Amino acid sequence: MQHVTDPDPDLMLQAMGLTKTFGDFTAVDGIDFAVQRGESFGFLGPNGAGKSCTMKMVGCVSPASGGVLRVFGQDPATHGPQIRARLGVVPQKDTLDEELTVEENLWIYGRYFGLSRSEVRSRAMELLDFAQLTDRATSKVEPLSGGMKRRLTIARSLISRPEILLLDEPTTGLDPQARHVLWDRLFRLKRSGVTLVLTTHYMDEAEQLCDRLVVMDHGKIVAEGSPRALITEYSTREVLELRFDTDDHGLHGDAIAGIGERIEVLPDRLLVYTEDGDAAAAAVHMRGIEPLSSLVRRSTLEDVFLHLTGRTLVD
Amino acid sequence: MSATTVTPTPPPRPGPAPWRPVFGSWATAYKRTWRGSIFGRFLSPVLFLLSMGLGLGNLVNKSAGGVGGVPYLQFVVPGILAAQAMWVAMGESSYPVFGAIRWNRKYHAMLAAPIRIDDILLGHLAYVAVQITGATAIFMGVAALFGSFSSWWVLLALPITVLTGMAFAAPVFAFSATQESADGFNILFRFIMTPLFLFSGVFFPVDKLPAFLRPIAWVTPLWHGVEANRSLALGSPDVASVLGHTAYLVAVIGTGAWLAHRAFTKRLVV
Repeated sequence: MQHVTDPDPDLMLQAMGLTKTFGDFTAVDGIDFAVQRGESFGFLGPNGAGKSCTMKMVGCVSPASGGVLRVFGQDPATHGPQIRARLGVVPQKDTLDEELTVEENLWIYGRYFGLSRSEVRSRAMELLDFAQLTDRATSKVEPLSGGMKRRLTIARSLISRPEILLLDEPTTGLDPQARHVLWDRLFRLKRSGVTLVLTTHYMDEAEQLCDRLVVMDHGKIVAEGSPRALITEYSTREVLELRFDTDDHGLHGDAIAGIGERIEVLPDRLLVYTEDGDAAAAAVHMRGIEPLSSLVRRSTLEDVFLHLTGRTLVD
Repeated sequence: MSATTVTPTPPPRPGPAPWRPVFGSWATAYKRTWRGSIFGRFLSPVLFLLSMGLGLGNLVNKSAGGVGGVPYLQFVVPGILAAQAMWVAMGESSYPVFGAIRWNRKYHAMLAAPIRIDDILLGHLAYVAVQITGATAIFMGVAALFGSFSSWWVLLALPITVLTGMAFAAPVFAFSATQESADGFNILFRFIMTPLFLFSGVFFPVDKLPAFLRPIAWVTPLWHGVEANRSLALGSPDVASVLGHTAYLVAVIGTGAWLAHRAFTKRLVV
């Protein structure tokens, strides 16, 4: 008798040619990716790139239209509830019960996973501590700030001790301070070995949290790698940003041509890609060109995305 | 910090009956509003009994000798009992279902856990059944104090009334899951429920309706509930027709649940 080969227990997610269509519209267009245990993996792309759609398929609430998807080596089409029992989900839109208290939200959710009442209560206390919400345990959810609700949603998703945590746009709509608090919590989870899979259209979020990511655009994966590797591969070390007092920055493209390795024209500025930003700025000055402002910075994932798609991430 | 440690515990399993935490979730939410709800459920029968049973009833009894020889109070109360179950079912199956899809997205939270559409439906419908049972029991208790019933057979009207309510709840679950906005509920309440309330034999026998309207009453679950309740409450039930009405109600519940399952799947699993 031949044994079916056991799937690699550390291969948490695997997609091959994964596709999602709605009628004529293809939201996810044959993507491949794999996520290992303990990894922090990101989908970076603008709104409408197919990130959330992919997350819903991985979360087993949206059936794939084509291709292969395996979560913990299992097929969402046949093992949805079994897979979901091992997933933690932080959806893009909160699904908290605002009429109930913070702790009631955790209790109810834990019960969905078949946990006993006593187990749910002790877990809830630990998670409230983790989410820095202990002093709000008995207050209603409705008046909480956006950042607190997000932390509660994350705490709630951890109540079943998930092996993979799916985060769909975890910090969209939060103020900078709340985002940093959230990132800190997620970073702790990552360090403790939870596999994180997240979507974002913030390049700083991707850089902070992801070991590895794929860049998505129009339902396709256009690049894959660690944030650093992607920047090295698709961008230069530094970027010189020039602003001029004109409506059309394209007019200045010719005057700058030849400086740096590559130039991108945006509606409000020119980007000069170069290994040495200061040298490029000096070269611009030497040509007698006087921009309103010039700024040298490091390349980011935003530059990678711009190079790959010709568009910016956040419009 | 233990919240952040990955322990090699066996993965959690969906409980043996995943519909139970769904029921529990709705019950927990009810704890916030039960006072107002219970008050309303006592008040509603008292108002009906005072106005219809005693007020209108006196008039009917004096001018027509009741309905078919039955005092109006005893005629009308079993009907209103069934109708109230319809209203309670409507309230529990319209906005709460729509809200769980669109507003608080409660169903989405459940589906992220190992809960299936079947569990969501079963747990929520069970909760609605409990609500209808409670409201019906209160109504019957109050009505009994007013002397509305003349037979112990009326106790069987409790399950019949719950079935009547559920025969509305299940199809309205399906309706609510297909709505894009809450506007549809106004139409449902005004143009479907209110006419049913008025023309399903609650206040006067259906054979007083114009002949072409009678078949419409016969199709509605409400008429079956009203007829079964009335024959039980008056103490001389025709067992065969009560069983027939019950079978009809069960069939409507079954069809409604099937439609609801389809509508929920189409709406929530996309």
